[in-house]
Amino acid sequence: MILTVASGKGGTGKTTVATSLALAIADISPVLLDCDVEAPNAHIFLQPQFDQRREIGLPIPEVDEVRCTGCGRCAEVCQYHAIVVMGGKVLVFPELCHGCGSCTLQCPEGAITEVANLLGVLEAGPAKDGIHFAQGVLNVGEPMAVPVIRELKQWHPFPEGHTIIRDAPPGNSCPVVETIQGSDFVLLVTEPTPFGLHDLRLAIQLTQELDIPAGVLINRDGIGDDGVEEYCRKSGIPILMRIPLDQRIGKAVARGEALVEAFPEYLPQFRELYAQIQSLIDSRLEDALPQAMGPRPSDGAKAGRL
Amino acid sequence: MKLAITGGTPQFETQLERRFGRCAYFIIVDTETRAWESFPNPAAEARGGAGTQAAQFLANQGVEAVVSGDFGPNAFTALDAASIQMYSAQEGQAETLVDDFLAERLARVTGSTGLAHHGGGRSQGGRRR
Repeated sequence: MILTVASGKGGTGKTTVATSLALAIADISPVLLDCDVEAPNAHIFLQPQFDQRREIGLPIPEVDEVRCTGCGRCAEVCQYHAIVVMGGKVLVFPELCHGCGSCTLQCPEGAITEVANLLGVLEAGPAKDGIHFAQGVLNVGEPMAVPVIRELKQWHPFPEGHTIIRDAPPGNSCPVVETIQGSDFVLLVTEPTPFGLHDLRLAIQLTQELDIPAGVLINRDGIGDDGVEEYCRKSGIPILMRIPLDQRIGKAVARGEALVEAFPEYLPQFRELYAQIQSLIDSRLEDALPQAMGPRPSDGAKAGRL
Repeated sequence: MKLAITGGTPQFETQLERRFGRCAYFIIVDTETRAWESFPNPAAEARGGAGTQAAQFLANQGVEAVVSGDFGPNAFTALDAASIQMYSAQEGQAETLVDDFLAERLARVTGSTGLAHHGGGRSQGGRRR
């Protein structure tokens, strides 16, 4: 099972939930992937001993000035405007380059070769209680998070077959889409405020667009208003767990303690949360089986989405 | 010489558009004859790299100097490589900016004046913490 913990709004408690969930199901040795490569912090709570490391780079163009005639074809084909030709001289802007290779392919003189532009690193190793831990770390100032997340997802420094928990970055942009893609379920952590609701709606739209089932965890329950609750009821998104606003939790997390370590009374709730998610995934699979053999007559309208 | 001014509309009377890479139009003026022509900026709606694309466009047009508000680091590097002189103004009509340019009343830009945006299309993707 691949479960992504995302949120829309930042600071709602994604990492608090992801790390506590991992600790709660530590008996099955889950994998925790910290995909918030711009500011990974799950390691603070799970204290991995990194013993594996991989550098991630994008292939960027390097121009052989002797062969280059300054024709400008590379600049014409670059969709990202990462390469310009000024007065016969080629200029490459590595931070704009997506590494697509078009310039290299299209250069009529074969004057372009690709060199690696280092974006960041992947690190992995055993963490607390037998949890397998891996994270991506994007180099400071580097704008392109997606390639690092993509590589982190594909990296398999652990034995296969374990449940994977992905801790997503905040927001609803490309890095979040990349993190969510390929998941079996998305757990959206929100807070019951107008800000939380605004971003939660965008996150739910995203999961619907990607056709991945989602559920909500309300953190800091008791503050704000009923907006989130009402929205979830109307749109049929299950609320799977609630964590009340509790200053003691905030203080423990600020000290670097995982929620379930500071307050073990939450362990059964997180285990129940995991069981619920598992049964939601299972029931969806069962639902999908007859449809895979052809739409049921009563399901005509829904079948259109397939 | 050929002078480009970043404008919001395609007329010679247009107000200066302060964004270089994403201005709507370039007004390109022959400073000797005051003959002018306007071009839609091909980079105005670019997903990323607007500054470099706009600079490439001006270089291809044979422009030697440009007046705008701010020049981001990528735009600055590209324009500088093309030996296109950059001048900064707060506001004004293209018409009067030509006079300001000729009277040497405009500030010459010798370094990037703004931050890189890495694509207007991705602006929603900014971190929200």
